[in-house]
Amino acid sequence: MVERTPILNFFTHLILFAGFVFCVAPFVIVAIAASHNLKDVNDVPMSLLPGSDFWVNIKTAWTTAGLGPKLFNSFIMAAGVAAGKVIISALTAFSIVYFRYPGRTLIFWLIFVTLMLPLEVRIVPTYAVVANVLSPYQAIMDVTGLSWLIEKVSGVQVSLSLGLLNSYTGLIMPLIATATGTFLYRQFFLTVPDELTEAARMDGAGALRFFIDILLPLSRNNMAALGTIMFLWAWNQYLWPLLITTDQSHATAVTELKQLIPNVGGAPEWHIAMAGTLIVMLPPLIVVVLMQRWFVRGLIATEK
Amino acid sequence: MASITIRDVRKSYARMQVVHGVDLDIKSGEFVVILGPSGCGKSTLLRMIAGIEEISDGTIAIDGTVVNKLEPRERGCAMVFQNYALYPHMSVAQNIGYSLKVAGVPAAERTQRIQAVARILELEHLLDRKPMALSGGQRQRVAMGRAMIREPKVFLFDEPLSNLDAKLRVQMRSEIRKLHRRLSATSVFVTHDQVEAMTLADRLVVMNGGRVEQVGTPAQVYSRPASRFVATFVGAPAMNMLEGTVTLDGLSLLGGSRKLNVSRAGLPVGSKVAVGIRPEAVRMVAPGTPGALDATVDLVEELGAGRVVYVDLDGAPFSVVTSETVHPEPGSAIGLQFAESDLHFFSSENGSRLDVFKASVPEPAL
Repeated sequence: MVERTPILNFFTHLILFAGFVFCVAPFVIVAIAASHNLKDVNDVPMSLLPGSDFWVNIKTAWTTAGLGPKLFNSFIMAAGVAAGKVIISALTAFSIVYFRYPGRTLIFWLIFVTLMLPLEVRIVPTYAVVANVLSPYQAIMDVTGLSWLIEKVSGVQVSLSLGLLNSYTGLIMPLIATATGTFLYRQFFLTVPDELTEAARMDGAGALRFFIDILLPLSRNNMAALGTIMFLWAWNQYLWPLLITTDQSHATAVTELKQLIPNVGGAPEWHIAMAGTLIVMLPPLIVVVLMQRWFVRGLIATEK
Repeated sequence: MASITIRDVRKSYARMQVVHGVDLDIKSGEFVVILGPSGCGKSTLLRMIAGIEEISDGTIAIDGTVVNKLEPRERGCAMVFQNYALYPHMSVAQNIGYSLKVAGVPAAERTQRIQAVARILELEHLLDRKPMALSGGQRQRVAMGRAMIREPKVFLFDEPLSNLDAKLRVQMRSEIRKLHRRLSATSVFVTHDQVEAMTLADRLVVMNGGRVEQVGTPAQVYSRPASRFVATFVGAPAMNMLEGTVTLDGLSLLGGSRKLNVSRAGLPVGSKVAVGIRPEAVRMVAPGTPGALDATVDLVEELGAGRVVYVDLDGAPFSVVTSETVHPEPGSAIGLQFAESDLHFFSSENGSRLDVFKASVPEPAL
């Protein structure tokens, strides 16, 4: 039932407006702080009237933190993670929903369990693996005595090594596996009528053909939603990029923001820090604005 | 064009068997309708022919080739689904042409064939539309086009008309019939609607509980139903059934309250039978007419062209279809008269037809 009375309308708008203010106020303060000079930003209380140094501060932040290449790194990482997640989870969900094979339920539950294991929990082993991708294989060979055998026979000591620290691959790969995405696709695939699958089979389309020609075009709203969420998520990653990029050339914008935050004993240049924050916030904002229409459709409605 | 040979085909899900050994021969170019109530296994049988359901046991051969292990695309069948199953993101032309695209037919030839099919189905002006922007009947035609374009050996229809409104259904029915006359491809049509079945079929297959009850032309199935189930399932209103016992001079009906003088022809005295009589074969006469059964009128349904009269025959429900201009009042007494040749007899035990009462069968000496 939809109630429409002037009083209720007024109250709902009031609540909406309060929520809006609540959400937007911090950003407004960041923007205002970014427009002050060093003296004004440190006034207590800070003046809520915008200052005149906005563009100067932006420029300073940009050059001090070297945001250009860092934003580029962030973009590569976020886009890579988003694209990877969209593809990987579509494939896993396709496998889980459309194929009957032994261990299917087990695999499904294993994926489910990873929902409860965020990156932070598995960060040490993940770091170890990324530091040398082949280390698990090395361990298997050592335990089974295979490397001992090879050493005895050929005299070569087996020591596999492939490091991904300070690389885009290392930044992106460990973040790609996702249970959330798999679930999103799974739920959508379950709503696709069986008759469509059967019709495709009658039309002669094999599994992969069906996936590419029918299933993927139908799930483009899902893909947009998942891509958007995951882009934001990856963009905001802090711990993982911090851990894996010891070299400045692969550092991301979010971790480099730290450089703008005043050190103890340094000048309290909060206006520069705020300007940098604004810059780093901008790309995800653009992505959300561009994808919003698809994003909402993908999350709430199934196309009928 | 192809013949289909079905031999002892069974289907089980886990421990449940749903199709119990079906044998069926479908001739090349024939239009066969499989009729049955929901859950009788008719759709499962169709899907096994199509290849989207695995065959648990037995064989299905198309044109002499056993197709059990063949993929749907290798069987040469095309199927029209109940909910049309059109690809929602493709235009009508893409929907119709998708199978050709998968088969790698060059774009030019594809367009040409799509055009040809669209012309037959009068879809030419809709080719660029998406299925969402089509009416039910148009979607139905697109689904047919998608089946036609492959020039299949066998057409399979899985209750394709059940989502249409009554008027459109009649129209599509005759279009399917015309289409079959034009393409004369072997067609198997599954439905639970007996009118659809009777009007479309060259031959009718009546299924119940995973078994074939009767195979025959619509006229045969109507006039000589092979079992009690077929007798009551085909025909509307349903055939009247009266339980009775064979006596020396005919039949004792409804626990002995009514007698019917018919030739007993070989049935052992005392055997239990069910006597069937079509509502259309009953005539209403004045109560007390010799040879007629007296009954009370319960309810009259006006059909315009005639009326269905529901009567109470000592508690047993009985219906009469009449086109005569008699208007019996509920509660009034009437007599029910029918010819002996219009009676159908079924075994009370297994429901199978007993043909001993046929007029042509000479009465054996007692």
